[in-house]
Amino acid sequence: MNSTAIQSAPLLRRVEVAATAEVDAAVDAADAKIAAEHVSISYGGQVAVRDVSLTVQPRSILALIGPSGSGKSTFLRCFNRMNDLIPGAAVEGEVCLDGENVMQQDVSVVELRRRVGMVFQKPNPFPMSIYENVAYGPRRRGMNNRRQLDELVETSLKRAALWDEVQGDLRRKSGLALSGGQQQRLCIARVLATEPEVILMDEPASALDPISTLRIEELMRELREAYTIVIVTHNMQQAARVSDITAFFTMAEDRAGYLVEIGPTGRIFTRPTEQLTEDYISGRFG
Amino acid sequence: MTPSTRLLRRTSRRTVLADRAATVVLWATGCFVLLILGGIVVHFALAAAKVVSPSFIFGDPSSTALGGVLPLLWNSVYMLVLAMLIAVPVGILGGIYMSEYAGDNRITGTIRFAQEAVSSVPSIVVGLFGLILFVDYFHFGFTALGGAFALTLFNLPLMTRLAEQALRAVPQDERSASLALGATKWQTILHVVLPLAIPGLVTGVILTAGRVFGEAAVLLFTAGMSTPVHYDFLHFSLTDQSSPWSPFRPATTLSVYIYSLQSEGLSAFKDQIVDGSAAILISMVFVFNLGARLLGRLLTRRLTAA
Repeated sequence: MNSTAIQSAPLLRRVEVAATAEVDAAVDAADAKIAAEHVSISYGGQVAVRDVSLTVQPRSILALIGPSGSGKSTFLRCFNRMNDLIPGAAVEGEVCLDGENVMQQDVSVVELRRRVGMVFQKPNPFPMSIYENVAYGPRRRGMNNRRQLDELVETSLKRAALWDEVQGDLRRKSGLALSGGQQQRLCIARVLATEPEVILMDEPASALDPISTLRIEELMRELREAYTIVIVTHNMQQAARVSDITAFFTMAEDRAGYLVEIGPTGRIFTRPTEQLTEDYISGRFG
Repeated sequence: MTPSTRLLRRTSRRTVLADRAATVVLWATGCFVLLILGGIVVHFALAAAKVVSPSFIFGDPSSTALGGVLPLLWNSVYMLVLAMLIAVPVGILGGIYMSEYAGDNRITGTIRFAQEAVSSVPSIVVGLFGLILFVDYFHFGFTALGGAFALTLFNLPLMTRLAEQALRAVPQDERSASLALGATKWQTILHVVLPLAIPGLVTGVILTAGRVFGEAAVLLFTAGMSTPVHYDFLHFSLTDQSSPWSPFRPATTLSVYIYSLQSEGLSAFKDQIVDGSAAILISMVFVFNLGARLLGRLLTRRLTAA
């Protein structure tokens, strides 16, 4: 990786879009959308994730699978630096977005999180109207034009496959009045409205019924056309159904999570190279 | 008898008795509290019915007959507004600091200790401190402003603590959701945390306001104790001591008046005036509480648009 090119392209350090030439330079430097290198995360001395390196290609879905406590969610949260919010959390290594290390101190986390959106395990719409939920991100970065907002809210809700169900009472109905599955799609629409490049999903369907789950999965396949998606899931069928690449995490003796193997989803589920992976996917462990 | 009912009867007698006892005790406690409240209200309502009339409120205070508590009522409301103007913004900002910014360290430990210590200082001591600091040292004399400052000393720790609790009660999920959307910390506080904390903040305001309405000891030595005089509300001035709008004048509140009348009043109508004033004070607190709740609900609806 050409580190001087990266240094000269501090894309995230500016709120404005960087010059195209600089973007090109950064993309050339590494064609991966996200590249994690030797990432270790610890909470107050206890190692939670040890030395994970992997890359995610643009417009693909990476699934992180593994037993509880294997550090998948913790690892996911370093892509948008949500671990910063946890007192005592320390992250080592590099996470590069388009070749730029997002771990550096001078990176604007606000800008990073606009580009790397996140959907949480429990649907968490704000107690505001459906419209205001979706408009929340754009409003915070200063979009006030009513027409522009209307348009963005509509396209985001359409992309999240929720428009048809809610278009009648966008402003009247609270986001909390929707069903669980609708709430989660609202949360996805809310993320899409910030126009991200990467979407992180932390077990997005684990609190939903099977039909809602299926809808979220369909949605993910559609979103893959335009976005890079990383999903954490406990559900192996789900990983097999939606993802292009699967990474299997497990826990070491000292309870630190680590990456066992990563590869195309089809191969991981049929011919894993590691015994641990095979044991896990065949249900003998975890 | 079917087997299933026999099964249900097997729950040990002691468990059932303990459960019933708890229900009875808790109901009784609740009723007792309501009874006290009801008793107070009924007592003053009955007493006031004989006294309170338009002339009791709006009459000429300098006449020897019953009446003319409007200036005192005005002072209570004036003092409330003045004290809340200081305590609410500072208390909420302090609460935001304690809940969202301060870590759990020795400094915040000290702040919490100080909050508790100041909150538990007897109000007469706060009054004396206000007398020394504002009335004498800063040469305020007996003024509404000095009284409001002294009340703030007394109330700020409570308001800050209640604001902190209201903010802490907002689920962490809401903050994460906002931050993950690229909102800054301040935007998150302003647009998500504060709106969701409004019901708790309103409770804080009501509890703090109740102390302003009811406080006599703090105000005795700071805002002064004088017999009611006729106020000319058309004379508007923020600096002229003779204007009822000015904070630089002595201001006897209804509570202070009740205290002074009850302890050293010479009027032949003393008891009736005390009863009527107390009834008016209770009604004011009631109206204020309702108003604050209503305003809080409106504000929540407006800020969360749902």
